[in-house]
Amino acid sequence: MNVDEKTIRHVAALARIDLEGVDVDRLTRQMSDILAYVEQLGEPDVEGIPATAHARPQPLPLREDTPQPGLTPDEALRDAPKRQGDFVLVPRTVEGGGAT
Amino acid sequence: MAAREYDIVIGLEVHVQLATRTKAFCACPTDFGAGENSQVCPVCMGMPGMLPVLNRRVVEMAVLLGLATGCAINRESVFARKNYFYPDLPKGYQISQYDKPLCEHGKLPVLIDGAWREFGITRIHIEEDAGKSMHGGGGSLIDFNRTGVPLLEVVSEPDFRSADEATAYLKTMRRLVRSLGISDGNMEEGSLRCDANVSVRPTPDDPFGTRTELKNINSFRFIARALDYEAARQWDMLQHHEVVVQETRLYDAEKGRTYSMRGKEEAHDYRYFPDPDLLPLIVENDLVEQARGALPELPWQRTRRYMDDLGLSAYDAEVLTADEELSDYFERVVDEDVPAKTAANWVSSELLGALKQRELEMASNPIEPERLRSLIKLVAGERSRAKSPRTYSPRCSRRRTIRRRSWRRWAFSRSRTKGRSPPSWTRSSRKARRKSSNTRAEKRRFSVISSAR
Repeated sequence: MNVDEKTIRHVAALARIDLEGVDVDRLTRQMSDILAYVEQLGEPDVEGIPATAHARPQPLPLREDTPQPGLTPDEALRDAPKRQGDFVLVPRTVEGGGAT
Repeated sequence: MAAREYDIVIGLEVHVQLATRTKAFCACPTDFGAGENSQVCPVCMGMPGMLPVLNRRVVEMAVLLGLATGCAINRESVFARKNYFYPDLPKGYQISQYDKPLCEHGKLPVLIDGAWREFGITRIHIEEDAGKSMHGGGGSLIDFNRTGVPLLEVVSEPDFRSADEATAYLKTMRRLVRSLGISDGNMEEGSLRCDANVSVRPTPDDPFGTRTELKNINSFRFIARALDYEAARQWDMLQHHEVVVQETRLYDAEKGRTYSMRGKEEAHDYRYFPDPDLLPLIVENDLVEQARGALPELPWQRTRRYMDDLGLSAYDAEVLTADEELSDYFERVVDEDVPAKTAANWVSSELLGALKQRELEMASNPIEPERLRSLIKLVAGERSRAKSPRTYSPRCSRRRTIRRRSWRRWAFSRSRTKGRSPPSWTRSSRKARRKSSNTRAEKRRFSVISSAR
C-alpha cells in the first residue's frame, strides 16, 4: 500500500502533529515502507480460521465495585503543561466535544 | 398536533450513566460534586502501561437493562478502542464496544395517548465516559473525575415518526433505569444524555433521507423543540433544492436552533479495533439468571397492572407510575377500605397539587401514606353519613377551593407538628363556615373534597 503526501498531512492534522520543517517526502516513503512490512501479514492462508484478538482463550477477569484511593489533584496534575486551580488548562476547544 | 407535509424519521442514542460506586475500568470513586481531578488514578488518566480491569457491577447492570428490554444477551462480547483526539480523553481512545456488543435486538413498550407502542432497540453496549471540559476566554479547563465513569449506550431503531414519540420513549427509558436502580436518570446532571439521528422524507413510502446527528440534548423540555426545528430545517432545505449534509449538529436552547459542529466530522474515522488490554467479556449463565431473578416489576408492567387490575384510566396509571416513589406511595395508600380509584384521585390531584404549590418533591413529601389513608376514610365516612350531593353551583366552587386549601393546611400542619389538633382551619374557612349552618357546611366540605379531581 502506498501512502501519498495528502494522507500523511491528513493523519498529521488528526494527530495534531505540526509538519512545519519536516521532510514530508521522506516521511511518506518511510510510512509506505512500514505499511509494506505489515502487509506481509496478508500472505498466510487463514481461510476458515476465526479472527482472534488475543492469544490466550480465557475470560475477562472482573473486579468488585469497591473504591480505592487514587491520585491527589497535585499528583494528577504534576505533568500537566498548564493548570488553573485544580483544573488542567488547555488551548480553548471550541466545539462541544466529549466522547460517546 | 398539526398535520405536517413531510415524514420525520428519528433514531435515538441514549447514554445512561451507571450508578456504580467506582469507575468502569479502575477503582476510582464516582461521587458527584467532588473537587476537580480528585477522583482520578493512573488508569483513567491514561498513563502509559496501566491496565484496565472491568467492574463486575457494570456487567450486571448492563445485563439487567438488556433483559428488561427483551434483548438477546451475547455470551461473548468484545471491547474496542474508539480513537479520537480531544483534551477530555487522556488515553486518546474511548473503550467502547463495536461489532460485538453485550445486548442486541430488544424493544421498549411505551404508552402514547392511551395506546401501547413498541420501539425497537438495536443494541446496548458498555463504554466509558470522557472528562468534563469548561470553555472560557483563556482556554478550556479539564476535569478528569468523570473520565472512565461507566455508561450504557442504548441505540434505538429509527422507529420514531414524531418528536413526541421520541420524547415518550426517552421518558419511559428514564423510568426504566430508575426502577432498575442502575442510574438516577437525571438529565440535568448528565446521567441521561441523548443524541438523535433525524431525517425527513416526503411520505412514509419514500426511502430514508440523509440524516443529521443532534448531540447532547440534555433536557426533556428541549427534545421536542430541537427535533422539530431540525426536521423543519431539513425540509426547508429540500424545498429549496439544497442538499442536506450528513453531519453532527448541536442544539442551542437559548436561540432555539441547531448549528453545525464542524471540525469533528473530519475525525469520523474512529479506527475501531479490539482492545488488546481487555479479553473478550464472557457472560456466564449464573450472572444472567441472577439478573433475571433481580428484575423488579417493570414500569410498563406496573402501568398495565394499574389499568387492568386496579381499573385506573390510562392517564391515571401513567401519572402514578411516572415516578417510582409516587407509585409506591400510592400503593401504600390503597387498602380494602380505600379503593384504587379513590386513592388515585387523592394522590394524583390533591397530594401532587399540594406538593406543587409548596414546591416540594415527592421525596420530601411530609404526609405519611397512612395519614392520607385515614383522612380519605374519614372523608368517605362523613360523606356517606351526610349523603351529600355531587353537583355544585358556581357559588360553591369558591368554597370548594377554600375547603381544599383547608384540608391541605390541616394535613401539612399535622405532619409538621405532631399531635396537633383539632384541625387548624384557617380564618378564611372559619368565615366561610360561619356563613352557613354547620350541617350544610360539613356536607359541602366532604362532598366537594371527595369529588375533587
